[in-house]
Amino acid sequence: MPFKRYVEIGRVALVNYGKDYGTLVVIVDVVDQNRALVDAPDMVRGQMNFKRLSLTDIKIDIPRLPKKKSLIAAMEAADVKNKWENSSWGRKLIVQKRRAALNDFDRFKVMLARIKRGGAIQQELAKLKKQDASRGLMS
Amino acid sequence: MAPRKSRASSRNPELIRGIGKYSRSKMYHKRGLWAIKAKHGGVFPRHEPKEVPPKPAEKPPKYYPADDVKHPIPNHRKHKPTKLRASITPGTVLILLAGRFMGKRVVFLKQLPSGLLLVTGPFKINGVPLRRVNQAYVIATSTKVDISAVSAEKFDDKYFTKEKKKKKNKGESEFFETEKETKALPQEKKDDQKAVDTSLIKVIEAVPDLKAYLGARFSLRAGMKPHELVF
Repeated sequence: MPFKRYVEIGRVALVNYGKDYGTLVVIVDVVDQNRALVDAPDMVRGQMNFKRLSLTDIKIDIPRLPKKKSLIAAMEAADVKNKWENSSWGRKLIVQKRRAALNDFDRFKVMLARIKRGGAIQQELAKLKKQDASRGLMS
Repeated sequence: MAPRKSRASSRNPELIRGIGKYSRSKMYHKRGLWAIKAKHGGVFPRHEPKEVPPKPAEKPPKYYPADDVKHPIPNHRKHKPTKLRASITPGTVLILLAGRFMGKRVVFLKQLPSGLLLVTGPFKINGVPLRRVNQAYVIATSTKVDISAVSAEKFDDKYFTKEKKKKKNKGESEFFETEKETKALPQEKKDDQKAVDTSLIKVIEAVPDLKAYLGARFSLRAGMKPHELVF
């Protein structure tokens, strides 16, 4: 099991601790064994410990220490936002956020919807079981 | 008189607390008291005292108490109603947390002068009548119902007070019989409930699932963390 995601310039990572929790950042330079210089379109470039970062699969093509404008252009070119939102990790996070923001009334409506869906599934299952049973008798 | 410009500060600046810069005679000049005297012929103007009707002669009291009687200090403080949480506005759906109707979701009508919240089920939907509820035992959800069609003007704390029971002197035999006077709810109160609820129910039925929502009770399930829930 070799490593697949490397710390390199252009690696997109998710911040998993601290003030910027949950934001996507790009590794723009490596300071030393423990820290990286990290940048995002709506963030002041700063250093962050690797322990605060979770590496993603996404990598963009940038030179070391790009200007903010070129960083943003490179992120647009690589389509980081859409890649992230379509990845399974990104989709899970979006669902988590939506569930956390549910109102009491929304939670009630979700419960009704789940019961309805479960009912529909059970109906289909009953139909299939009946078909199977009738076929079993024939064969 | 010419309109006076109200002077907030004194003309005598303070050097140190209690000591002004100008002497008494200097201040006499500064304030223009010499001018006032000059206007009134060398004397300060005197106003005659107002006409006071003569007091009727008081009789000396018959009884003087031996020791000094202590009088209680008069207390003129009036309570203000409890400050209403910003999340509670007329029409908010509230979750009752204690009492007979705990867990019920209920519509808030208005705050009464005592500070308690006036609340209704509506009665047909979840069995909660027009009732008073304390703000502390309530969670305010962010769901709002349009309450403009309802007038809760006539309800106040007097409407909800219990009527005083008349004390009966029980005889020996009656001690062992527990008298239960079950008072039926007066028709007037039932009519009030209907008046408030009919327009409210129409508004509620316009929103899908809201009627079932108000009819269901709230409870915590596994994995629900109240401090992380958004209401």
